[in-house]
Amino acid sequence: MAADSQAGGRRQGAASWWYDPKIRAIAFQVAFVLALIGLGVYLVHNTLINLEKRNIKTGFDFLFNPAGFEIPLTLIPYSVEAGSTHGAVFIVGLLNTLLISAMGIVLATILGFILGVLRLSNNWLVSRLVGVYIEAVRNVPLLLQFLFWHFAVFQSLPLVRRAIPIFDTVYIHNRGLTIPKPIPQPGFMLVVASVFIAVATIIYLKKWARRRQDATGEQFPVFWVSLGVLIGVPLLVSAAAGFPLTWEYAELGRFRFTGGLEIQIELFSTLAALTVYTSSFVAEIVRAGILAVSKGQQEASYSLGVRPAPTLRLVIIPQALRVIVPPLVSQYLNLTKNSSLGIAIGYPDLFNVFGGISLNQSGQAIEIVAMCMVVYLTFSLLISLYMNWYNRRISLVER
Amino acid sequence: MSDIANHPGGSFYRTENIPQSPPPVSTVGVLGWMRQNLFSSPFNTALTLLTLYLLYLVVPPLFQWAFIDSLLEGESNKDCRGIAGACWVLVPKRFGQYIYGFYPEPERWRVNLTFILFCLNLLPVLSDRVPGRTFAALFLVFGFPVVAFVLLHGAFGLEVVPTHKWGGLTLTLVFASVAILFSLPIGILLALGRRSEMPVIRTICIAFIELWRAVPLITVLFMASFVLPLFTPEGVNANELLRALIGFIMFASAYMAEVVRGGLQALPKGQTEAAQALGLNYWKSMQLIILPQALKIVIPGIVNTFIALFKDTALVSIIGLFDLLLVARSAVTDPKWLGLEHESYIFAAVIYFVFCFSMSRYSLWLERKLDTGHRT
Amino acid sequence: MSEPIIRIEGMNKWFGQFHVLRDIDLTVNRAERIVICGPSGSGKSTLIRCINRLEEHQKGTIVVEGIELTGDLKQIDNVRREVGMVFQQFNLFPHLTVLENCTLAPIWVRRTPRAEAEELAMEYLTRVKIPEQALKYPGQLSGGQQQRVAIARSLCMRPKIMLFDEPTSALDPEMIKEVLDVMVELAETEMTMLVVTHEMGFARQVAHRVIFMDEGQIVEQNEPEEFFYNPKSDRTKLFLSQILSH
Ligand SMILES: Nc1ncnc2c1ncn2[C@@H]1O[C@H](COP(=O)(O)OP(=O)(O)O)[C@@H](O)[C@H]1O
Ligand SMILES: [Mg+2]
Repeated sequence: MAADSQAGGRRQGAASWWYDPKIRAIAFQVAFVLALIGLGVYLVHNTLINLEKRNIKTGFDFLFNPAGFEIPLTLIPYSVEAGSTHGAVFIVGLLNTLLISAMGIVLATILGFILGVLRLSNNWLVSRLVGVYIEAVRNVPLLLQFLFWHFAVFQSLPLVRRAIPIFDTVYIHNRGLTIPKPIPQPGFMLVVASVFIAVATIIYLKKWARRRQDATGEQFPVFWVSLGVLIGVPLLVSAAAGFPLTWEYAELGRFRFTGGLEIQIELFSTLAALTVYTSSFVAEIVRAGILAVSKGQQEASYSLGVRPAPTLRLVIIPQALRVIVPPLVSQYLNLTKNSSLGIAIGYPDLFNVFGGISLNQSGQAIEIVAMCMVVYLTFSLLISLYMNWYNRRISLVER
Repeated sequence: MSDIANHPGGSFYRTENIPQSPPPVSTVGVLGWMRQNLFSSPFNTALTLLTLYLLYLVVPPLFQWAFIDSLLEGESNKDCRGIAGACWVLVPKRFGQYIYGFYPEPERWRVNLTFILFCLNLLPVLSDRVPGRTFAALFLVFGFPVVAFVLLHGAFGLEVVPTHKWGGLTLTLVFASVAILFSLPIGILLALGRRSEMPVIRTICIAFIELWRAVPLITVLFMASFVLPLFTPEGVNANELLRALIGFIMFASAYMAEVVRGGLQALPKGQTEAAQALGLNYWKSMQLIILPQALKIVIPGIVNTFIALFKDTALVSIIGLFDLLLVARSAVTDPKWLGLEHESYIFAAVIYFVFCFSMSRYSLWLERKLDTGHRT
Repeated sequence: MSEPIIRIEGMNKWFGQFHVLRDIDLTVNRAERIVICGPSGSGKSTLIRCINRLEEHQKGTIVVEGIELTGDLKQIDNVRREVGMVFQQFNLFPHLTVLENCTLAPIWVRRTPRAEAEELAMEYLTRVKIPEQALKYPGQLSGGQQQRVAIARSLCMRPKIMLFDEPTSALDPEMIKEVLDVMVELAETEMTMLVVTHEMGFARQVAHRVIFMDEGQIVEQNEPEEFFYNPKSDRTKLFLSQILSH
């Protein structure tokens, strides 16, 4: 036995370097890279021929060419007459993606947390009902939900000329929501400034309440007072400035509104689909996070005499959040990616206006698809940077 | 130490056993259950009443709409006039399209046969009460796809049905199945590559996986339908279905890779070392020792990924493939069925739901079974 | 003799159909120390958890410090402030430092100023002999140290009664002593203590009374010497022979 293996070892060592695992690994990697490069060269070669045949010039020059189409929702100045370019389309689309994602994230988080907590309720009926909601929403394709909200729900609202008025100021109809248009008057900046002042006050208030509690043990209803400040201060300031914001009310003509501000129905459809779908995932994450905190934690807190509400705030939630945040953030990323489905119903997000219309007009498929991918890749990188930071911070605190 | 006599408890022992007695009526039975689960506190009672009221507001009208005031038989949306409830008339009329797309009617038995064979093949794989799991699984992967292709596409005297005629649920199922068939092996290779000790291979695999996971599926599909044709040499033109499939498989294999990687990570390090100690080389030890265990752990994960992919196939309707969703969508653009969006989408949603829900229940059941299997 | 600090009369509890506590009668005097033992599943934990209402009883009365435990939340709060509890699994708050674990309840329940609460916490941490660990997180401590923090945390609320549910069962043998030592010292402060434990040495040393439970009933109670050397009931004899045999 021993002699055998020794002989084998010598034979291997002497016979060939080919059996040295290190050399084999290097050879394998070099071969793999060469094969990849070969494939790449082949594809580029084909692509160049194909592009030439189709008379497409590669490069990013098209970004400076005017785009000849309107976009219904623009957060920056954009118009066909002014000769806005495909580059501007890119920015407008990107901002619209960020807008819908931000709104979706806020709403899905709120709804998801409420549902997750209700799912855990010891009320059988409520818990079951939320369970049914979650299953129903999770097991139907998101795209179908987009279409359902858009075509079956919002578009079956009354026509514009039969819009449903709410207090004769806001109108609901199948093209969207018409609201009065705010027109700032001189002095409006004061009100804007007062909001910032209110926020600053709240931050100070929190610190002050903390210090006072440390010093005297007295507790202070920070939440309610903050809410009061946030509403009250701007209200007082605008009253003092004579309400420097006037509203231009929408007038319903025979077929359309004049004046006012119309928020397109596509925004609501996209928002509803994204919110409802994502909230079902958030709810499950929240539920799992709360369940991950052992029952003993709650019992320990109760047995110290801490009441249920502060137990939740001081003991359960901080621990649950550590379990909740990582998957929650990845849901936020999913929501942002999913907003690209707006293309199916015409929400003018990045992918719709740039990847769809600009691509059709300019024919620059490679550049445009690549730019879209880079945008989403950037989101994803930023998120994973954040997650690394978060996990490091958690592990610092924990250990 | 202490004087027992001073304690009211005193010294004491019990000779007779107190028997079990039934709990007070108010805590058991229907009443007790209701008290505990619905009316345990004033807040809970309020919540219950509120929920019941909401249910009362929503459920009876919904039921009325869907079943009582509804119409099932009819020729067009004209028959829906005066119908207060759902007008399902397009469902029976278009049923064939929902299921088969434009697959020629006289040939539809081939789709049915394929589906039945698939179910028969799947049965021993899913359940352990039917014997022959290994053989069935091998056949499902290597034999059945050939059978299915011959049956669906046509060969050996069967009339050829080109893929652009496939559609509806058939297309959705074929698409999802082919995607999983290819994405699983590619995903395994990627996962192994990601855990490889060769830095170049590892970096390439990580980049590949993370790229596909970062971008939305719709960009991948757009790439497949607009950019991929530029990559192929002159004269070679992959058809639309195939291109979409290639994109989808890339996307799916990145997700599969992450699921498999989870399983590889969950294995104790001792397993690899034991395999090496036996003198097995890398591929042998992976094939015989590591992968069978890792894959077993992640079966529920694979099923869950499959559900997600199954739902994601709906996106191919955006690039114009006539899948179940596009059938539902285009049915209501037909002037004959205009205005029946609710009914068409709900019907499609129910089909998707039935498939996804049963798969997710299966995955839950599996998870529970594997869980106990580990402990005992 | 003053009013007993805990009075339990005819108390019964069910988990569903399962009759877990049957006709429990128990009075505990001020500064009395009671050890409860019995086979696993006999209802020891459930009994002491009923005393601070972590479990709800269905029949009979429990009166703690003159406050009867009913569904009234206010009453429950008042009782829980007077009763400290130490768990088998420690149940320290892993996201808070040892010091923060100890000051949480005094600050939020007793409204103690932070400096004062920290001073108090340090005092008790010193008593359980780990003042130097105050700024660490529970995960960084050994089991014995964690259990001593848990005791200190309870004491910071200055409870009148301390409940212990098998405080040493989850510990490695070499750590049991350090926890028992702390408990013995606590006993010397005239604290009312109810201790579920199988540490018979501890029972002999500090208990005024040993209670033996089986199948949800109090089967025997006596002073330690009598209980161990002259058990009356057959079930007690069987149990003692089992735990003393190893
Ligand atoms: N929350 C619960 N639900 C149902 N049964 C329980 C619960 N807690 C304990 N039990 C049962 O009650 C009995 C007594 O439990 P316990 O008081 O923990 O016993 P001990 O502490 O003496 O070991 C056991 O049979 C246990 O299975
Ligand atoms: Mg116990």
